[in-house]
Amino acid sequence: MTLTQRVKQNGIGWLLPALVIVGWEAASRVGVMPANVLPAPSAVAEAFWRLTLSGELIQNIGVSTLRALAGFAVGGSIGFALGLANGLSALSRGLTDTTLQMIRNIPHLALIPLVILWFGIDEEAKLFLVALGVFFPIYVNTLLGIQSVDPQLVEMGRVYGMDRRALFLCVILPGALPAIFVGLRYALGIMWLTLIVAETISASSGLGYMAMQAREFLLIDVVVLSILIYALLGKLADSLARLLERLSLGWHPAFQNA
Amino acid sequence: MPAASLAAVRSFVAAPIPTRPAVSVESPRAFAFKGVEKRFGDKVVLDGIDIDVPVGQFVAVIGKSGCGKSTLLRLLAGLDRPTAGSLIFGPEAKAGAGEESRTRFMFQEPRLLPWASVVKNVEVGLTGIAAGAEARRRALAILGEVGLADRADEWPSVLSGGQKQRVALARALIGQPQILALDEPLGALDALTRIEMQQLLERIWLEQKFTAVLVTHDVAEAVALADRVVVISEGRIALDLEVPVARPRWRGSVELARLEGRILDQLFG
Ligand SMILES: Nc1ncnc2c1ncn2[C@@H]1O[C@H](COP(=O)(O)OP(=O)(O)O)[C@@H](O)[C@H]1O
Ligand SMILES: [Mg+2]
Repeated sequence: MTLTQRVKQNGIGWLLPALVIVGWEAASRVGVMPANVLPAPSAVAEAFWRLTLSGELIQNIGVSTLRALAGFAVGGSIGFALGLANGLSALSRGLTDTTLQMIRNIPHLALIPLVILWFGIDEEAKLFLVALGVFFPIYVNTLLGIQSVDPQLVEMGRVYGMDRRALFLCVILPGALPAIFVGLRYALGIMWLTLIVAETISASSGLGYMAMQAREFLLIDVVVLSILIYALLGKLADSLARLLERLSLGWHPAFQNA
Repeated sequence: MPAASLAAVRSFVAAPIPTRPAVSVESPRAFAFKGVEKRFGDKVVLDGIDIDVPVGQFVAVIGKSGCGKSTLLRLLAGLDRPTAGSLIFGPEAKAGAGEESRTRFMFQEPRLLPWASVVKNVEVGLTGIAAGAEARRRALAILGEVGLADRADEWPSVLSGGQKQRVALARALIGQPQILALDEPLGALDALTRIEMQQLLERIWLEQKFTAVLVTHDVAEAVALADRVVVISEGRIALDLEVPVARPRWRGSVELARLEGRILDQLFG
C-alpha cells in the first residue's frame, strides 16, 4: 500500500468527527444549541488554549497518563505472568484458576468504596483499581492464547529436539500472540475507563479531577474539553497497540496486504 | 505452475538418477522390531511386529486406515513406547527423537511455523546441530535442492500445499537423518504434485542414503519408491515383499503392476 492510499484510508475515519464538529459549531452560532448545554467547539478550543497556557492541562494529562501507565504495568504484568504460568502448568492452573474466575465476576468498579476505605483518595487507590481492571483481560487472553496453540506444532517442535525454552520462544509464545494482543487492546480500553471513574470520584489532580472542578464552577467548556481529551488519549493508546500488532504479527494472513 | 517448479520438474527428468547396488541382507542393521506390541487400554493395535531393516533400505508400509501404521512410526521415532517387545537400533542410530538420534519424522501435514519464514522453518531441523549464519547457509542450500531457493524469505502461508510439504521435507533432511519416518506425507497433495514429490524424495534418498520408512495408502506409490513393501493387517505383518525392480523405475511397467496386484489381493482378498 502506498503512503497516499494509507493517508486516504486513515483520513476517511476522521471525516465523520470533522463533520460533527462543523455541524455543532454551526448549531451553536445559530443558537440552536444553548451554550450552557454544550459550548461551541470554538469555546472548547479557547478553553484548551487557556489551560495550555496556564500549564494546568499538560500537568493534569501528565498525572493521568502516569497513573494509567503505572496501573497498566502492574496489572498487565501480573496478568501476563499468571496467564503464562496457568497456560504452561496444569498445577498452577489447578491452584489458581478457579479463584481467579470467581474474582473476575466481581465488577472491579464495585470495589471503589472498599478501595477508598483502604487507601483513601491517594495514588494507591487509582493504581489498584486500574491494575485490577487491566489484569483480567490480559490474564484471560494470555491463557486462552497459550491453550489454543496448535498441539501438532508443539509435537513437531519436540520431534525436532527443541528444549522447553526454545519450544516456548519459537512455538508457544508466537502462537499465543494474536490472542494476547486482543487482551492488550481490551485492557487499554478498561484502563482509561477505570481511571476516569476513579479520578471523577476521588482525586486531587488529573483529568477527571479537572472535569469535576470545572463542573463546580460551571465551566462547561472545560468539562467538554476533558471528555474530548479522554477520547483522544484512548484512541492514541489503541493506535499504538495496533501498530505494535501490525509489526509483530506480519506473518498472520489477517495482517498481510492490510 | 510457477516457472521455478517447472524448472525443478525438468531437472528431475533430465538429471541422471544415480545408480547404486541394491541393499543386501549383509548391510548393517538400521533398526529392528522384535515382537513389538502396542495397546491403548484394552485395544491391541500392534500385536507382535517383527521386522529387520538394513541401513539405507526404503521400506513402504501399507495397511487399511486405523491398522496401526502411524503407531508403528511413532514407536520408531521414539514418540511412544511399545507395551511389549523391543526396538533395536543399529550401531549408528539411537532410539528416540532428538538431536543425537537423527531419526526424523515427516508428518502428513506440513506443520510449518506460520510466524517463521520458509528458511527459518527449515532451520528448525538444525535445532541443537547448528545455528546462526551456518544454519542459514545450510538451510538455503537444501531449499535449493527442493527447488524453493527463491522463496526462502516468504511466509509459509503464501506457499501451495506441495511447496509447504517440500519445505517440511527440507526441514526433515537438513539434519542428515539416519532414519527418516514419513507418515503419509503426500496424502493430501493432488496427483501431479504427488508424482513430482515422489521423484524428489527418491532422488534425495538416492543421494543421501538414509533409511526411509514411508507410510502410504497408495499402493502404486509404494511399489514405485520402495525396496520393500510391508502390509499390516490386524496388528501383524501380513505381507513382506521385496521389490526387485531396478531404478529408475517406469511407472507403467508390468513388473510393478504385478506387484501392485499382489499387494491389493493381500489387502482385499
Ligand atoms: N493415543 C491413542 N490412544 C488411544 N488409541 C489410539 C491412540 N493412537 C492411536 N490409537 C488407535 O490405534 C489405532 C491405530 O491408529 P493409527 O496408528 O493412527 O492408524 P493408521 O495410521 O494406520 O490409520 C486406531 O484404532 C486408533 O484409534
Ligand atoms: Mg495414520
